[in-house]
Amino acid sequence: MRSERYIPYLLVLPSVLFLLFLFAWPLVEALLLSIRGAGGEWTLENFQRMAADLYFKDAIKYTVLLAVVVVPLQVVLALCLALLLGGISKGRDLFLYVWTIPLGISDLAAGIVWLAIFTERGYLNSFLQALGVIQEPRLWLSYETPAMLFLAVVAAEVWRATAIVFVILVAGLQLIPKEYGEAAEVFGASPWRRFWKVTLPLLTPSLQVALILRTILALEVFAVVVALGGRNLPVLAGEAYYWYNAYQNPGVAAAYSVLILGISVLATLLYLRLMRSREAA
Amino acid sequence: MNLRILYLLLAIVLTLWVIVPIFLIATLAFSDRSSVFAWPKGILPQQFSLETISFFFGVEGVGKAIRNSFVVAGLTLLFALLLGAPAGYALARYRFAGADAYRVLILLTRAFPLAILAIPLSVQFIHLGLYDTPLGVALVHTALALPFAVLVTSSLFLGIPKELEEAAWTLGCSRIQAFVRVVLPLALPGLAATAIFAFVISWNEVFAATLLTLRERTLPAFLLTALNDSPLPFRFAGGFFLIVPALVFIFVIRRYLFTLWGIANR
Repeated sequence: MRSERYIPYLLVLPSVLFLLFLFAWPLVEALLLSIRGAGGEWTLENFQRMAADLYFKDAIKYTVLLAVVVVPLQVVLALCLALLLGGISKGRDLFLYVWTIPLGISDLAAGIVWLAIFTERGYLNSFLQALGVIQEPRLWLSYETPAMLFLAVVAAEVWRATAIVFVILVAGLQLIPKEYGEAAEVFGASPWRRFWKVTLPLLTPSLQVALILRTILALEVFAVVVALGGRNLPVLAGEAYYWYNAYQNPGVAAAYSVLILGISVLATLLYLRLMRSREAA
Repeated sequence: MNLRILYLLLAIVLTLWVIVPIFLIATLAFSDRSSVFAWPKGILPQQFSLETISFFFGVEGVGKAIRNSFVVAGLTLLFALLLGAPAGYALARYRFAGADAYRVLILLTRAFPLAILAIPLSVQFIHLGLYDTPLGVALVHTALALPFAVLVTSSLFLGIPKELEEAAWTLGCSRIQAFVRVVLPLALPGLAATAIFAFVISWNEVFAATLLTLRERTLPAFLLTALNDSPLPFRFAGGFFLIVPALVFIFVIRRYLFTLWGIANR
């Protein structure tokens, strides 16, 4: 058996090398790219150009605002779905399948789907016309209607990505022993109380994972926004894309990517801190 | 009893919330040009027509983009399994120093914004000759799929009793024989689910695919870059075509969904 000690390392090694090649190396390269000028000298020029750009402030504002609005909505909705699933006996598998369908739908496709609804001659306008609210088609996705465009993005994001939170929460609920809820019931706790005092606290680890994961993903929102509004609603990942592709400036694009990483790390630390202090209290 | 009905009603409302948009885009994809631009629109399709869909497939570059998407997703699936399954097996069967560190590394990779990988890699891939190749895109997609592959296969192998393998050893099988003849057949459905999941991750990914290609676009990259100057029927047909595999794949892997996510997040 002595000679077998190297086996697990041998099995793990290829994936470690691969991850170093595709995560560690690009991370270093991205940092270097963002703090180097065209001639290879150290400079903050890329960050200054980024901050001075016309779209920069809006991009930060909308990206953060989207995460702040979308993620809580998704968590609440997913929690409702997960609890509903527990209360359904007939057709449970069918509901489960339908509710998880969005897991396989890309952000680009989701953006296009909601474009069909919010576009000028789309279903929303048709619906409003049928109600008699409007006579002529109205534009919802132009730069003159940022609030409605924002709402469309929120709808598309909630529609598409709630499923991830849902699956994480259902998996978490399955780990909670039934006995706890039953014990609370024996002692006369109402369903509402059982939810707040038993289920929710035991679900905290899953909630934490779901929150962190969804927030990080929300901060890189890209294709949904592009499909719905082009650059009418600037977001950080979109700006990184435009600076790289349209302006051919990898330096500023890298600065944007570093900024996204920075905000993601900050958000993660914030969550960990908040959740820990709540557990201690 | 009333509560039951309320639950069911709520569940149906939420089901409609998921289904109706998909139904609407399908309606648009299978109607003619005039109904795509019709105003006001009815919820039900006006008339069935293949005009929009055939227009989409007739656009130059779409066929190539679909082919590229399949190649990239196929490569991703292959890489993710070949790199991920051995690591998953190691995590499931052996206790070794560094196993926990490895798990943390895997989880960390999921906290990485894609932009921070795609931008420097597309710069570097030009030097490596990987820029604008399906292989280059597949490498980045593998990076996204690998963490899942490792964690899922690890839970998969944990579910196969070690005793079966040990019995095979005592009956004269070598380690590799025991794995191929005993473990592999049992793990096959789960491995297939993992592979499909990797395929979908790659099929759906748009940001990196757009940055890393110029002519060899995958379908999402092609759609995204054509978005602003293409007519609505093209976009709707493309959006619908992107969704189709998702519907099939989620159905196929639904049994493994919770192993995929339940374990993958711990």
